[in-house]
Amino acid sequence: MTEADPFVPLPYRVGRVRRETRDITTLELAPVTGVRPDYRPGQFNMLYAFGIGEVAISVSGDPAVPGGYVHTVRDVGAVSGAIAKLKAGAMLGLRGPYGTPWPVEAAEGNDVVFVAGGLGLAPLRPAIYRVLARRERYGRVVLLYGTRSPPDILFRQELERWRRRLDVEVLVTVDRADAEWRGNVGVVPKLIARAGFDPNGAVAMVCGPEVMMRFTANALHASGLALDHIYLSMERNMKCAIGLCGHCQFGPDFVCKDGPVMRYDRIADILTVREI
Amino acid sequence: MEGLERIVLAHPFFAGLEAELGPVVSGCARNHRFNPGQYLAHEGDPADEFFLIRHGKVALEILPPGQSPVVFSTEGEGDIVGTSWLVPPYRWRFDARAVELTRAIGIDARCLRDKCEADPRLGYEMMKRIAPILEGRLGDMRLQMLDVYGERAR
Repeated sequence: MTEADPFVPLPYRVGRVRRETRDITTLELAPVTGVRPDYRPGQFNMLYAFGIGEVAISVSGDPAVPGGYVHTVRDVGAVSGAIAKLKAGAMLGLRGPYGTPWPVEAAEGNDVVFVAGGLGLAPLRPAIYRVLARRERYGRVVLLYGTRSPPDILFRQELERWRRRLDVEVLVTVDRADAEWRGNVGVVPKLIARAGFDPNGAVAMVCGPEVMMRFTANALHASGLALDHIYLSMERNMKCAIGLCGHCQFGPDFVCKDGPVMRYDRIADILTVREI
Repeated sequence: MEGLERIVLAHPFFAGLEAELGPVVSGCARNHRFNPGQYLAHEGDPADEFFLIRHGKVALEILPPGQSPVVFSTEGEGDIVGTSWLVPPYRWRFDARAVELTRAIGIDARCLRDKCEADPRLGYEMMKRIAPILEGRLGDMRLQMLDVYGERAR
């Protein structure tokens, strides 16, 4: 029996397409043959736009839902732009899933704090689904979300649905707004002091632009959370996705295989090194 | 302890204040209730009062010429609104508008400044409470300035 070539993508067909914001689109992808491999919250796939290129995109769907993958893509370049513009019925290539997951099982018994910035809510969404599906196994569950402005709020209906639950605290903030906006304005780390969780033993999962994650991790630590209870999802230029090529080297680690989810105490010192 | 003094000392801004300073501070305090849309302060007005928010939400906004107001921060329960009372010429540098029903304690700034001048221990105590707020807001502004979710972050 021969092992499949890890660099050969499998064909997937685009199902439903949902325009989330001005430049963010969610695609449902179904395998053309066989079944979708299981994945864990926080993992990513390499999506291949035929003839254009390949890009690493985190899975944003519910891991308990069978069928295909759900990916949420921001149009920021040639490849992601081509994928974000795909219509239902179009084909693309897919390799994966890859990478380390969010510590959703390890967090059982503790308060859980999700902190997302901008598109960073997409890689966290599978972990949120998983925690809410097993809600009784956790203490308080807090979701803090920050983005640029009210029209940029991702998964708005879902945020509103989660906020209506009595067992989840959801706080949303934007960096700037006009006077019509009745919600919070300010950076997402500012929400940490307003959130109700016990820093002794709470586990924080943070995803967003790297600067936002640094500020957030510092604020979480200042609130009493231990460094080894804070997890970040790192982003680097991933190419092979299996720890061979070195494009995503991050200090002694490769983000594709040692990440993307990494414990903050292990990376805090190199996060501020310019050359890395 | 009088009712107002108890309320003032229960606000996080005055957490842990020495008991003997309680009546001194609360002697400059009064209760406020702001309805949604009501302004606590306008840019350029004398900063003769600052506010300890007990409940509600206050938008801090700036009006660019010819445009709609831009909200750059909201403050809520446990926060303070107003630091210009500390620094000459003691004038507000933004508008502060209640987004929802807001209850606050107003501190008469001139009254408190005079007491701080007379008692450096109180003055230092106030500075130790204000400085972390200013430092925190400066850090927040730096992060906002980076516009990490915007076009340049691509």
